[in-house]
Amino acid sequence: MEQFAPVKRSKDGQPVRYLVVDDSVFARKNLVRIIETFGGQLAGEAGDGATAITEYERTSPDIVLMDITMPQMEGIEAAEKIVRQHPEARIVMVSSVGYQENIVAALQRGARHFVQKPVKPEVLYEVIKYVLGEDATVASAAGAGA
Amino acid sequence: MKMELIQPFINAADAVLAEGLQCSTTVGSLSMEEEAYRRKGVAALIWVTGDIEGRIILDLDPQTAVRVASKFAGTELPESDTLVRETVCELANEVTGNAITSLNDQGFHFRVHPPILHTEDGSKSSEDTEALVICVETASGSVFMNIALRYNRRRQGERAVAAGQ
Repeated sequence: MEQFAPVKRSKDGQPVRYLVVDDSVFARKNLVRIIETFGGQLAGEAGDGATAITEYERTSPDIVLMDITMPQMEGIEAAEKIVRQHPEARIVMVSSVGYQENIVAALQRGARHFVQKPVKPEVLYEVIKYVLGEDATVASAAGAGA
Repeated sequence: MKMELIQPFINAADAVLAEGLQCSTTVGSLSMEEEAYRRKGVAALIWVTGDIEGRIILDLDPQTAVRVASKFAGTELPESDTLVRETVCELANEVTGNAITSLNDQGFHFRVHPPILHTEDGSKSSEDTEALVICVETASGSVFMNIALRYNRRRQGERAVAAGQ
């Protein structure tokens, strides 16, 4: 898999920490593989919206990658609940269902961005940099792919 | 079943499989399913509800499922690995989600439910539901999509009433 110039936290130069939320183990593994190519670190995983909320409290990640269609509690509802408690939370919705109505609903409830599945690493990389803004720096890396 | 409903699924399967498997794909065959559904191997089922209701099954024979899952995982997986079934479920989710996205942007309203592993045979279509089987040929083998959708008459009626007001 292509390697990208590592994205680090500006405040301490440490790797960006991700909470990955998806009911599919396959999708979570795939996202973890992708964020590792960005120099990211896995803070936690969750398979549904309710667990995502408790994992957010436990791990305080820099970024949440959140699926929408999940059992028990869907991603948009979980995102809204996390942002209500933590307005600074950076949540990127990652879903195969990317119609306009759904994207607008996610953004209105506090998500910062939307990425449609299948996830293209180069697209997610740009979104992560955009969402982190000045809170991230891109380290120079020899042979980096982007 | 109208082609306007089917084409987005063909396009989505093409896009998702070509991207994931890094190969070109072709639609091998299209046929109507008249018998009760008989799965070929590892199958994932997704229900959709809304203006159109029904289900989509993505079905791969066991060897193809292992090849596809191994390609996605980047390592050889044994047939027994749960990741093989997980991969088929997620592929079904991505194909259906992309197709529904396209249909919703055309004005339809659907809701996609999480994929479930389809383990039972003989799930026959209801009387007024047509099932279409699409075979997509990939470098890793054939991927079958069984699509059974019907217009939701209650929703149509509600819309007609709303339009008349």
